[in-house]
Amino acid sequence: MAEITRAEVAHLARLARLALDDSELDRLASQLDVILGAVAKIGEVSDAEGVTPMTHAVPLENVMRPDVVVTSLPRDDVLAGAPAAEDGRFRVPRILDDET
Amino acid sequence: MTVPYAEALQEFEPVIGLETHVELGTASKMFCGCDTTFGADPNTHTCPVCLGLPGALPVVNEKAIESTIRIGLALHCDIATWCRFARKNYFYPDMPKNFQTSQYDEPLCTDGYLDVEVSNADGTLETVRVPIERVHLEEDTGKTLHVGGATGRIHGASHSLVDYNRAGIPLVEIVTKPVVGTKHRPAEVAKAYVAELRDVLRGLGVSDVKMEQGSLRCDVNVSLNKPGDDWGTRSETKNVNSLRSVERAVRSEVERQAARLRQGERIVQETRHFHEDTGLSTSGRSKEEATDYRYFPEPDLVPVAPDTDWVAELKAALPEAPSVRRRRLIEQLALSALDAEAMTNAGVLDLVLATVDAGAPAAEARNWWLGHLAQTANSSGVEPAELSITPAQVARVVGLVAGGSLTAGLARQVVDGVLAGEGEPEAVVATRGLAVVSDEGALATAVDEAIAADADAADKIRAGKVQAVGALVGRVMKATRGQADASVVRRLLLERLGVTE
Repeated sequence: MAEITRAEVAHLARLARLALDDSELDRLASQLDVILGAVAKIGEVSDAEGVTPMTHAVPLENVMRPDVVVTSLPRDDVLAGAPAAEDGRFRVPRILDDET
Repeated sequence: MTVPYAEALQEFEPVIGLETHVELGTASKMFCGCDTTFGADPNTHTCPVCLGLPGALPVVNEKAIESTIRIGLALHCDIATWCRFARKNYFYPDMPKNFQTSQYDEPLCTDGYLDVEVSNADGTLETVRVPIERVHLEEDTGKTLHVGGATGRIHGASHSLVDYNRAGIPLVEIVTKPVVGTKHRPAEVAKAYVAELRDVLRGLGVSDVKMEQGSLRCDVNVSLNKPGDDWGTRSETKNVNSLRSVERAVRSEVERQAARLRQGERIVQETRHFHEDTGLSTSGRSKEEATDYRYFPEPDLVPVAPDTDWVAELKAALPEAPSVRRRRLIEQLALSALDAEAMTNAGVLDLVLATVDAGAPAAEARNWWLGHLAQTANSSGVEPAELSITPAQVARVVGLVAGGSLTAGLARQVVDGVLAGEGEPEAVVATRGLAVVSDEGALATAVDEAIAADADAADKIRAGKVQAVGALVGRVMKATRGQADASVVRRLLLERLGVTE
């Protein structure tokens, strides 16, 4: 039984703003299916009752920093990586389509 | 087409829900050390972490965790012993990382309540319990400025400009459970809830809770159903950013939905945008194509497991709840419910109590904070609590008046001096030379001059028209810049004119 359908892959690609054509969807759907199938095998071998799901590769909790201000980046450096800037701000394309 | 509020609520039962976002008052951001001060030049408080640059790693701000737990405790919530942050994935230019670090199925605080009071028509107060679903911690987004459209609106804009100074400031989201049984006054309950929540947060000192600066923002959910039916479909109104607007948003939504339901139409589950100028909302994006945020546990952060002893310490150190404090004030000071409400609405209740605690009689404390100080705050556009005078200073001015060294008029000048940053009340008295002139010899000259300057009045008084003395008292007070005791001046004038009352 398939772990993931082509339609699900298309949906996820849309959410992730990835433009995939039909042949890419076919290829990725079958590849993801194999990956998920392999991961599903873990469910067969382990008795997960009473085992807390692992959160992190390192068993740490409560890593925090004190509430202290440190120097920010100079604005010129901040904006240097932007495709466009205006008045000290990042310039981005129109957010809404006309009809919305 | 709308149905009037009162009429709508006779026909339908309202269910309301509120989501409130509160910017915490930490010095630095949630996951990095950038400054959180409001009003800095755009993009001067940013770094690789809050800009989401590749490889940057977040670290949790301990103070933000502490503040959130304290909010949860103040709202009678259970505090998680173990929880995680999650990524909420969406694409919008105000979030440079393309995800918001938030909490999903493991919030820090769950299952609490807040009791709020609404006034009945007869002036008595009734307590309504608003159940709290969860309190969780996330980060604020940047600010967008829309260019090229009408009045800065996003519609019709040609492009937008983004300032990420606010992106990453710790943001607490407080979500109520559906509030049922608000009967004929869902709008009033909603407003009272936000006002009470604001007082709780201010009392905790975790946020400056300025709605006009956006540090406290509300989304309001409303649905209507016929009595006995299941709950109706709800709408969610966003951008409700003043107490008055919370009330207006619920009211207008009740009126709009009632009209649709009456005509047999269905309510669309949607997000609506509230407009402060008109008090009305317009339809935004439809929830029926609800975004799938693909939440997953944030791999760059380790779990937060608040130590139970630490939580117990925080709980023990919570300040008195505003509602408890208010009841204490009402009892201690024998205040009427109306007076207490006026003080709450003006934001001076705590200040009055603190002034009384500092030794002033209740009536004096009330008059200062509801009168001259409230007016001063109002005309300079700040909250009374932000005025640069402390309750202890007000109490000292009250003491100076009671001791006879200041008149009421002089006291006001002293207060204005303190507000203007001229120092302690005693220093203002000294530098402005405001002490009452009680030396009758010193007043005698001013009395003689007043009589000479207004012979008409003097003659009338000599002829027995004692009430004419007011004009002469006024002259003396003016000449002494208000520093004389008016009753002493009056006595001296009458003596001088040989009249007895």
